[in-house]
Amino acid sequence: MVTVSSWLRSPCPALVVDTAGAVHGMNDAARSLLPPEVLPSEWQHGESVHLAERSYAAHRVDNEDGSVTWWLLDQTDLLLERDRAALLTRMSSALMTSLNPERCMTVVAEMAAAHLADEALVIAPQSSSGHPVTRCRRGEAPTYELQQVDVEEVVGLSEALRGFPPVPSRWIDPAAAPEWLARDGMSIVVTPLPGHGVPAGALILIRRDKTFSDDEEAFARLFASRAGVAISAASLFTQQAEITDRLTRDLLPPVLRRYPHVELAGRYRAAADTERVGGDFYDVHELPDEQLFVVLGDVCGKGLEAATQTGRVRTAVHALLQVVTDHDRMLAALNQALLTTDTSRFITTVVGTVRPVEAGLHVRLTSGGHLPPLIVRVDGTVEAAATRGTLVGILPEIVTATDEVVLAPGDSCLLYTDGITEAHGGPLGDEEFGEERLRRALTACGGMPAEALVEHVHMLAAQWVGDGEHDDMATLAITAPRRRP
Amino acid sequence: MEAVDLLWEAALAGDEHRATDVVLAAAEDHGHETVLLDVIGGVQHRVGREWASNRISVAQEHAITAINDRAVTALSITRPRRAPVHGRVTVACVDGEWHAFPARLLSEVLALRGFAVDYLGAQVPTPHLITYLHRTGPDVVALSSSIATRLPTAHATMTACQAAGVPVMVGGAAFGTDGTHARRFGANAWAADARSAADMLLSQTLPVPGRPHQPVDDLPHLADQEYTLVTRGARDLVRQVYRDLEERVPAMRSYSDEQRQHTAQDLAHIVEFLGTALYVDDDSLFADFLSWTGAVLDARGVPTHVLEPTLDLLGAQLRDFPRAQRMLRLHARADAG
Repeated sequence: MVTVSSWLRSPCPALVVDTAGAVHGMNDAARSLLPPEVLPSEWQHGESVHLAERSYAAHRVDNEDGSVTWWLLDQTDLLLERDRAALLTRMSSALMTSLNPERCMTVVAEMAAAHLADEALVIAPQSSSGHPVTRCRRGEAPTYELQQVDVEEVVGLSEALRGFPPVPSRWIDPAAAPEWLARDGMSIVVTPLPGHGVPAGALILIRRDKTFSDDEEAFARLFASRAGVAISAASLFTQQAEITDRLTRDLLPPVLRRYPHVELAGRYRAAADTERVGGDFYDVHELPDEQLFVVLGDVCGKGLEAATQTGRVRTAVHALLQVVTDHDRMLAALNQALLTTDTSRFITTVVGTVRPVEAGLHVRLTSGGHLPPLIVRVDGTVEAAATRGTLVGILPEIVTATDEVVLAPGDSCLLYTDGITEAHGGPLGDEEFGEERLRRALTACGGMPAEALVEHVHMLAAQWVGDGEHDDMATLAITAPRRRP
Repeated sequence: MEAVDLLWEAALAGDEHRATDVVLAAAEDHGHETVLLDVIGGVQHRVGREWASNRISVAQEHAITAINDRAVTALSITRPRRAPVHGRVTVACVDGEWHAFPARLLSEVLALRGFAVDYLGAQVPTPHLITYLHRTGPDVVALSSSIATRLPTAHATMTACQAAGVPVMVGGAAFGTDGTHARRFGANAWAADARSAADMLLSQTLPVPGRPHQPVDDLPHLADQEYTLVTRGARDLVRQVYRDLEERVPAMRSYSDEQRQHTAQDLAHIVEFLGTALYVDDDSLFADFLSWTGAVLDARGVPTHVLEPTLDLLGAQLRDFPRAQRMLRLHARADAG
């Protein structure tokens, strides 16, 4: 008797079905839930049954007399939580992949529109050209655009966008919502995207047919907090990358333009794959009378620190050129300049002045402790320029010897750094590429266009190194163009 | 097309002006895309063939490509300007890939078809590429690779791009004539050439890749570590086999320095290709390489009698690697037959 009364009083709906399939009895919980015409014969053990907007798992228990007791276990909240956890996981893995703010905003808007509301907007803090806004209606593709909108028109939005002071989600009166926000909303909620130090923006959810429950709003906040962290990480990355770009722009090798009488090509490969700049450098400056001044060099050391030094050297050379174009005096002045700067390291460099002449190009070359440039004749003869000199930036006085060469049409002069010749590797992995091998390779390069020459040399060095480590490598080719027959 | 021959002659002669004239005139008659793909692209194909049969050197290959590159630039200046109407595509070569030309042609064609194109060129280190993708958020990244030995790098790069949420289209000779390797590496698309790449991008939107995966998920055979061990010990392996080879082939003792260098380089290449074949687990990749090497050596008048003992000695060194053994044995059997 005790057992009978206890199932009747159980908070969990239960009913007994006789062998003929008719409902024999129900407990109170079942009676208040189930319609009189309920047909348990259609239920399957373990399957979900939807009743009065809730979901129940039907559990079948076979009794000794052949009747069956069905227990209905409420699993509505469990399923909801499971869906929400799955949504958060999906969003997190989608957001994790990208450090692009626009893409992150798109993912957030798309997921919010699919699961939380009929329409979702993600608004980012103002950039110079407006507010980035991603908008997504359920079932449609998200759109991203920069919009000139007055965020003050929406209560709580400007605070949410600033990320300070902290504000909770705000309900917006749909009637008072500006046109750009929503036209046909019945319920609108603005939730800040917490960026933790970086404002990430705000998430606006719009529903057309019903209002948000407290529970849904609480979940939207959880959703927004994850989205905010991802968007702000992406924004921070973008900011940092922009700063790096701006600061290193002047350290990058220059883009060489074409001249009617001179072909120039330069190529640079930094020691570290993650960096674009290093301790090698080259530059080309225009002088009066169609002359060009070229400089290529190597700062002792590598990496970013050496790169900043190349920036100083390049600026110094450019400044000195305004007053002195003579190689000896230029290198002496550069030597002085480097000696008087505490943070400087010494450099090796080679400078050249290129002048178009009747026979092709007249090139004056002066080395300051650098490898002498190689002259590649159109017939494949290779010779080193006869220039020597002391390192720049160590001794109070330097001595240099200038060489002068004439490049006939098709001849090239190759300036390069020791990253090429000291490339370590080869098929047996224990040899330097070396000057001899470079010269031998260049004998096959007679008459090559300048950019093919530098590319070829870089390729040989890179293949020599294989997967091994290498130093910075820079090359600059000066070629006398072939003439139109 | 006659223009192909004219351009070939001009490029071979290093005559930029003539090359540009040919290309611009052909563009008037046939349109930009045809000239890019069938005239300039045709000459580039011929470059590959001529090089393989030893009628031109690597240096000449570079020189011709440079002239062709200038012709593309000249052509691109005369391209009808219009604002991009389709998506944004990043075009790059995988790290270690020097053949930038196919990627350059694709970029030009995509721009002609109305895409916004960022062309990053040859030899793009993966960290640079990924940073670039995060910065610019393109709809697709198109990766090009011509040399089969870049396949492992290409795979790592593809996976990295997908992990950054960008779908990857791949192309180039490295992926096989039917794109087998592209599929196995989980590429979102593969295109046989620039024209079909452009057609495909116009006709469909590539889906954003799903959750990030690891390269090894695509290639479960890598679990046997053969690839890792052979590549990691490649230099020791080359040194050892080279020493053994000197004992086995007495003729090598009278080799000049340059001949020694070449033999060592060929040996290093064989090991590199064996490693790649182990990576993709494709016996024919290695077999094709060997027969191609044989043909190239023949064309260059280099004695091929070291090839067989080389494979033999390699086999002896790699006794504990069943897949490597299988690939080396297959060739021996093909030789015998």
